[in-house]
Amino acid sequence: MKRIVKRKLHELAHARAGDKGDTLTLALFAYRDEDYALLRSQVTAQAVKRHLGHIVQGEVRRFEVPNLHALQFVCERALDTGVTTSLRIDPHGKALSYALLEMQIET
Amino acid sequence: MILASQGELDFLALECLAERTIALAQLRKLADPAGGFDPLLETRMSALLPLALRHGFRIVTNMGAANPLGAGRKVISLAKSLGLRVKVAVLSGDDVLSLLEPGMRTIEARGAPLSEYGALVSANAYFGAEEILPALATGAHVVITGRVADPSLFVAPVAYAFKWQMNDWQRLGRATAIGHLLECAGQVTGGYFAEPGLKDIPNLAQLGFPWCDVDADGNGALGKVAGTGGALTLRTAKEQLLYEVTDPGGYITPDVVADFTTVRLRETAPDRVAVTEGSGRARTGTYKVSVGYRAGFVGEGEISYAGAKALERATLGGEIVRERLREDISDIRIDLIGVGSAHGSDFGHPQPPYEVRLRVAARTPTRELAERVGAEVEALWINGPAGGGGVRRFAQERIGVVSLLLERGRVRPKVTLLEEDRETQAA
Repeated sequence: MKRIVKRKLHELAHARAGDKGDTLTLALFAYRDEDYALLRSQVTAQAVKRHLGHIVQGEVRRFEVPNLHALQFVCERALDTGVTTSLRIDPHGKALSYALLEMQIET
Repeated sequence: MILASQGELDFLALECLAERTIALAQLRKLADPAGGFDPLLETRMSALLPLALRHGFRIVTNMGAANPLGAGRKVISLAKSLGLRVKVAVLSGDDVLSLLEPGMRTIEARGAPLSEYGALVSANAYFGAEEILPALATGAHVVITGRVADPSLFVAPVAYAFKWQMNDWQRLGRATAIGHLLECAGQVTGGYFAEPGLKDIPNLAQLGFPWCDVDADGNGALGKVAGTGGALTLRTAKEQLLYEVTDPGGYITPDVVADFTTVRLRETAPDRVAVTEGSGRARTGTYKVSVGYRAGFVGEGEISYAGAKALERATLGGEIVRERLREDISDIRIDLIGVGSAHGSDFGHPQPPYEVRLRVAARTPTRELAERVGAEVEALWINGPAGGGGVRRFAQERIGVVSLLLERGRVRPKVTLLEEDRETQAA
């Protein structure tokens, strides 16, 4: 019987957040190239939308960037209107890379 | 400064404009027609001009912000006071406020027309490398621009040095990947990256900024000056390549639509990363325009609670302020700093914090109302829960930013060459 272990993304991957207007970008990188396939199968756009649904009001799109062993998540309406008019303590959403890394996946 | 004096540079680019910076600069220009350029221009140029002349590198910067010509004149007078003779080429024409019409649609998610936003204060088209080339061709020591796409500040010197055709999409795509990696300076050499244990970066306090050796095909090798802090690794470069990128296969700049999904990054030596195999396709027919508008005010107040029942007392304080402002202010946000304020959740980490900082922020139509937000938090000192301390309060006007696209033919870039005793139009 296969044993399923739940792990936080933080153990497997690093991330960087960026902003463009009200759009949040979250880039996710496997520490080890061999974990990229696992990230691809588990960290889907839907899973990220579910995990960050209280922050991301709009759609989450996922781009695969295999040359960097990376996934890029583009999250619409995620920054309370954007850096210039947001009321959030972190109007750029720079701290949100670590919100993504709190996500649990099955390995 | 270390990079400028020890980097053996041909060109030094300084990218200094965030999305909203130019709108704020436009407001400063309204208050003072000779101002409106980057407030650090004098400090930076005083330090860099002597080095540029001594080491023979040229400076390309968007520190002109809302007033590139004013910035150019300031550099000329600054050089004179330093006993230096310099030529400065200024790229202007990006200010397109007069071309805007209320019915123009923004490219934000809703596509709302400009008329739905507050009073417009600025509109600047993002120029590219092509518009910078005539400024470089003047031979000026310093090229000063207003709004320019960040990577284009780096693409332009390369395209100029190798005499590229400006429809050489592959080379422009490659150089754009390099420009994008360089544009946030220390963010590729270990800034915005470190996490003790898993992602250690040495000596961030002396973070070294990056340089890149670029070849005639637009492939390059990133490095940093030996002995400086930070680290340039495959991981730091990967993170920066995707930073703020909303489509890795189609990164749109005024120069090209670059494809970052073909880029190959390789660590070739300690603190050296090769960037090759980038690509690109034909640029679009429009300039992106960043429009600043008056977006009302924001008021904020913060107060700390620590020790027994800190969370309960902070929560009570927030409830009091909300009730006090209820009749006048609806667009309000209450944060408990230390309890999920940054992520909107604690993702199941249940430990009660020893200390909590209550933060109240609200959008208001007037400065007076914005001031009241902080005033009500300050009142918690006396009229709120026990043991609240360390109040800080802020009230600021906000300038919002939206974007739209404008046909290239409608915008007229202009290059002016400034010398000690004359100004001539170069392009």
